[in-house]
Amino acid sequence: MGEFLHRHKGLTPYLLLAPGMLWLALFFLVPMGFLGYQSLQSGLFPHFQFTWEFSNFSTALSDYHTQLIRSFVYAGIATVACLVLAYPLAYWIAFRAGPWRNLFLLFIVAPFFVTYLVRTLAWLNILADQGPVVRILRDIHVLGPNGRLLATTFAVVAGITYNFFPFMALPLYVSLEQIDPRLLEAAKDLYSSPTKAFLRVTVPLSMPGIVAGTLLTFIPAAGDFINAALLGTPNQSMIGNVIQAKFLESLDYPTAASLSFILMGTILIMLLIYAKVVGSEKLTG
Amino acid sequence: MTTAVETLARPPRPSVATRAWRFVARHALTVYAILAVGYLMLPIAVVIMFSFNNPPGKFNYVWHAFTFDNWLHWNSVLGIQSALVKSLEVATLATLVATALGVMIALAIVRHRFHGRGTTNLVVFLPMSTPEIVMGSSLLTLFLNSHGTIQLGFWTIFIAHVMFIISFVVVTVKARLIGFDRHLEEAAMDLGANEWTTFQKVTLPLLAPAILAAALLGFALSIDDFVITYLNAGPVQTFPIFVWGIARVAVPPQVNVVASAIFLVAIILGLANVVWQYRAAKATRGAT
Repeated sequence: MGEFLHRHKGLTPYLLLAPGMLWLALFFLVPMGFLGYQSLQSGLFPHFQFTWEFSNFSTALSDYHTQLIRSFVYAGIATVACLVLAYPLAYWIAFRAGPWRNLFLLFIVAPFFVTYLVRTLAWLNILADQGPVVRILRDIHVLGPNGRLLATTFAVVAGITYNFFPFMALPLYVSLEQIDPRLLEAAKDLYSSPTKAFLRVTVPLSMPGIVAGTLLTFIPAAGDFINAALLGTPNQSMIGNVIQAKFLESLDYPTAASLSFILMGTILIMLLIYAKVVGSEKLTG
Repeated sequence: MTTAVETLARPPRPSVATRAWRFVARHALTVYAILAVGYLMLPIAVVIMFSFNNPPGKFNYVWHAFTFDNWLHWNSVLGIQSALVKSLEVATLATLVATALGVMIALAIVRHRFHGRGTTNLVVFLPMSTPEIVMGSSLLTLFLNSHGTIQLGFWTIFIAHVMFIISFVVVTVKARLIGFDRHLEEAAMDLGANEWTTFQKVTLPLLAPAILAAALLGFALSIDDFVITYLNAGPVQTFPIFVWGIARVAVPPQVNVVASAIFLVAIILGLANVVWQYRAAKATRGAT
């Protein structure tokens, strides 16, 4: 093996790449083609035929635009909530935590160690009608006497926010941690107020983290269906719920495939606009 | 209002409220960090707490009475044990394969100049920026259109998991390789070792921590995955699929037991790592 590699040095990278890239090509890229193929079929299960059925897309859009828009609205609200909640925490860990730094980073990733579905189900316990949160909110009249948190938009968005919080907090921490504290001292020496130093020095320098965190939160959140399924009702149903049900329950593969395509296409378009706004170097790192 | 007036009247001794307020203002960020961590830990605490609950009916939503029974008879719920075993099998196999493939890609990207490097980077980046539902459903259409040559089950789950783990392995190992001291390898080569020996004796041992970290991440991603698995599992039940199925009826406390056990194993590994890093940092400080 050593002899062979020595004689054909130019081949080494391709030999290293071949198995992994082949896997990604076969099971990531090729399936995208099949998704397109399936989305243009017509007929009923199990007799689908490829007929360039572009009307699948317009029918899917007119039937399910509510769920599609709702997905992006929920994902958008959750992303902003994550950013607002995670930024001060990431800032504290990066600049003030001292010896507690690694422990707090472990706290941030700890939710990942609890099965996604189970930690979402835990919010059922917390937000339950007979639970302490609802009781307190009813007592202080934030909620009416029969008001509830479960099966509401609030519960679904809160669930998404909780579940994707670490995806926001970690990139924020990484970019904040790289800021040279001397830059903030320089700002102070030049008579900048703390607020101004934060807005003019810290925030711009943490932009890569904000961009990465926003993408890592928004993209999976838009395709999520677990929070809507467990914490919401059909009124909170997102595009992921529809795709999942069409594939596995109503066996309407063409509609499911076109909805998947629409979801991905919309995300790509948003990504391109985002890249234009923040600069494409920041997007790919 | 009254507190403010009182504070003005008696400047030498501010009221308790004022002092508390000043303390909070000075440590506001610390207080916030602790509250935020409390928010992150709350559902975990609830999961563990309800694993000790003895629910009166079949719904484990409200605290009733403490019991160890769920832990002692964790596998008394039909299907839970086989689902957990299936999850561990898939995670082990998929992690081994994906780690090997991912490390090779990372080595090629960082160590070599070749045509198609940009494309390779893009293909590795794409799975991480695609929603799971899209990856899961496109893979499903591949299998559905295979005209029966591929049956949904264990191996389709395995294929899917390797696919989405590879990218995370590449990213983790790449980060380590970029900050890597090449002089050690050059020294080995100068001393007459060929490329393969150098790789085995120098590169691999130095990369071991990163490979281990990547493998642990891959294992965690695999054992936790629901969306892609659910679409491509056919009749096979992994632990998350089992939870999904039983959540439509009533979740027994045994589900909390298994989730708590997985959490505890992971957190012990994580804490060991924190202690290890802390000691390593202390040792370096002591040396200088």
